[in-house]
Amino acid sequence: MKTSTTDTRLGLAVTLAVAAFLIGPVILSVLAGLTNNYFVGLSSGLTLRWVAEVWSLYADTIWRSFAVALLTLVICTLVGVPAAWVLTLHHGRLARALEELLTLPVAVPGLASALALIVSWGTVSGLRGSVWFIVIGHVLFTLPFMVRAARASMQGADLATLDEAASTLGATRMQRFMHIVVPNAAPGIVTGALTVLTLSIGEFNLTWLLHTPLTKTLPVGLADSYASMRLEIASAYTLVFLLMLIPLLVGLQWLAARGDRPISTTRTSS
Amino acid sequence: MTDPVAITLRGCAKTWPNGTRALHPIDLHVHGGETLALLGPSGCGKTTLLRLICGLEQADTGASIRFGEDEISQLSPEDRGVGVVFQSYALFPNMSVMQNVAYGLRVRNINASQRERRARELLSLVRLEDYADRRIDQLSGGQRQRVALARALAIEPRVLLLDEPLTALDAKLREHLRVELAQMLRDLRVTTVIVTHDQDEAMMLGDRIAVMSAGHLEQVGTAEDLYREPASDFVAEFLGTLCRVRARLHEGMLIAGDDTLAFRPHEVQLCAAHANVLTGRVLARFFLGSSVRYEIGLDDGQRFPVVAAAHSQYAAGDDVSIALTRTAAVAASPVATLS
Repeated sequence: MKTSTTDTRLGLAVTLAVAAFLIGPVILSVLAGLTNNYFVGLSSGLTLRWVAEVWSLYADTIWRSFAVALLTLVICTLVGVPAAWVLTLHHGRLARALEELLTLPVAVPGLASALALIVSWGTVSGLRGSVWFIVIGHVLFTLPFMVRAARASMQGADLATLDEAASTLGATRMQRFMHIVVPNAAPGIVTGALTVLTLSIGEFNLTWLLHTPLTKTLPVGLADSYASMRLEIASAYTLVFLLMLIPLLVGLQWLAARGDRPISTTRTSS
Repeated sequence: MTDPVAITLRGCAKTWPNGTRALHPIDLHVHGGETLALLGPSGCGKTTLLRLICGLEQADTGASIRFGEDEISQLSPEDRGVGVVFQSYALFPNMSVMQNVAYGLRVRNINASQRERRARELLSLVRLEDYADRRIDQLSGGQRQRVALARALAIEPRVLLLDEPLTALDAKLREHLRVELAQMLRDLRVTTVIVTHDQDEAMMLGDRIAVMSAGHLEQVGTAEDLYREPASDFVAEFLGTLCRVRARLHEGMLIAGDDTLAFRPHEVQLCAAHANVLTGRVLARFFLGSSVRYEIGLDDGQRFPVVAAAHSQYAAGDDVSIALTRTAAVAASPVATLS
């Protein structure tokens, strides 16, 4: 008993230290966004002025980020869930190769993927300047997360056998997918969806190269503000970013805790 | 139910993509309304054969599977009209008991009220009327098995296929459900194929039994045929215990000799040792309630079990002579010469 209390205390201390190390800068940054003059310090007083300024300067990037994230999510769901199902049913060499291929964009630096995209698709008229160009990049990057989360759920629930049972009862492939596969893989699909949303909203590497002045997203705008505005505005921008991301992250954790078996692989990959 | 259809398999073989032969070409006929038990050790191909019949696995080219007059080997599972009970039951966890049972009707676009009526009918058949709105994870193993059966029957299948339907249950429940299932199958008169590795289950549930080993059909017949006239060593040993002793038979008694005698443990009569015949020694005695089981050892080291009536009173260490009650017995079948 004695050792275990010592262990608990030690664990708590380490956890708190790590948390302070991680959270400290965040708190400082948030405070910076709320103080009148960061160089004078908190004594200069608190204000929402910088937040308002961020809103007037960068509101469009915020809405665009949401739009991009939603479009990315829709495409990832429509492509990723069926792909996960195909990979669950087939164990051949081809399926394994496809899976590796799908994971590649996560390993390759975002800048490299972005360059490849620009080289191959940048000349297609209209696409380069449109928000779809960014969506394509985000789908490439986030799709494997959706596929993996959905697939873990499908394997955990032994959906292949349920699918066989439904087929003997007369259900067509499409009916089986809609009635059996999707409902029973829902925990994994939801986790995947939240991961995709979070990753897309925060994505910078790819987007930095893919964006045009008219298609800035939130993280790109953030970098822009750090480079060209006063520190308080950039910090207020971080605050806005956090306010958008934290509910998503909390939701993700809640779902992960609630979902049955299938979540572990998603956690490690995100 | 409509008139039961027969199942006829011709040249049904199955080779896996890696080249292993799961099934050598098999010809098998299941009469309409009959229950046929596919019996064999795990890995003998019995489940593969079942999956060929329901279409979850495609047979090698040249195979023919007919339900009655219809050739169905090219149809996908959803068009075959088979009711399948899976070993794991494969109930849909996202649906209630009622929705599970009615699922086959739902995908046939039968309207909701008709669907519900039929599902209730079947739930009452398996005595689960009160469980219609339960979730699957609120059911016991035995209840799940019955829901799976009701779901398979709801579509009025031409053929009912059961894959180890009782294996997932504990021994006591299995015993009970076996009797219940046997009665139900008899009343339903649906052509049924049941896969099992349990000889008691096969003997109780199957009107006939098909014994399989290593992808071959060893023998097809009634339980009595198979037990009394096994076509091979394998069948004899799989259905009950077979003792094999090197000796000779003289006027019903075992004497020294070089024949191989094969017999069942209960076909032996032990008697007081006397001269000129083989003497065995009782090595151990086990009282089993309705019978006594002896372990008998001969002078040359051969050992075999003997099952005797419960009042049999030899003790360990007694010398006994051994008589065979059925002189022809299994020994006259190919078993005696095979080994």
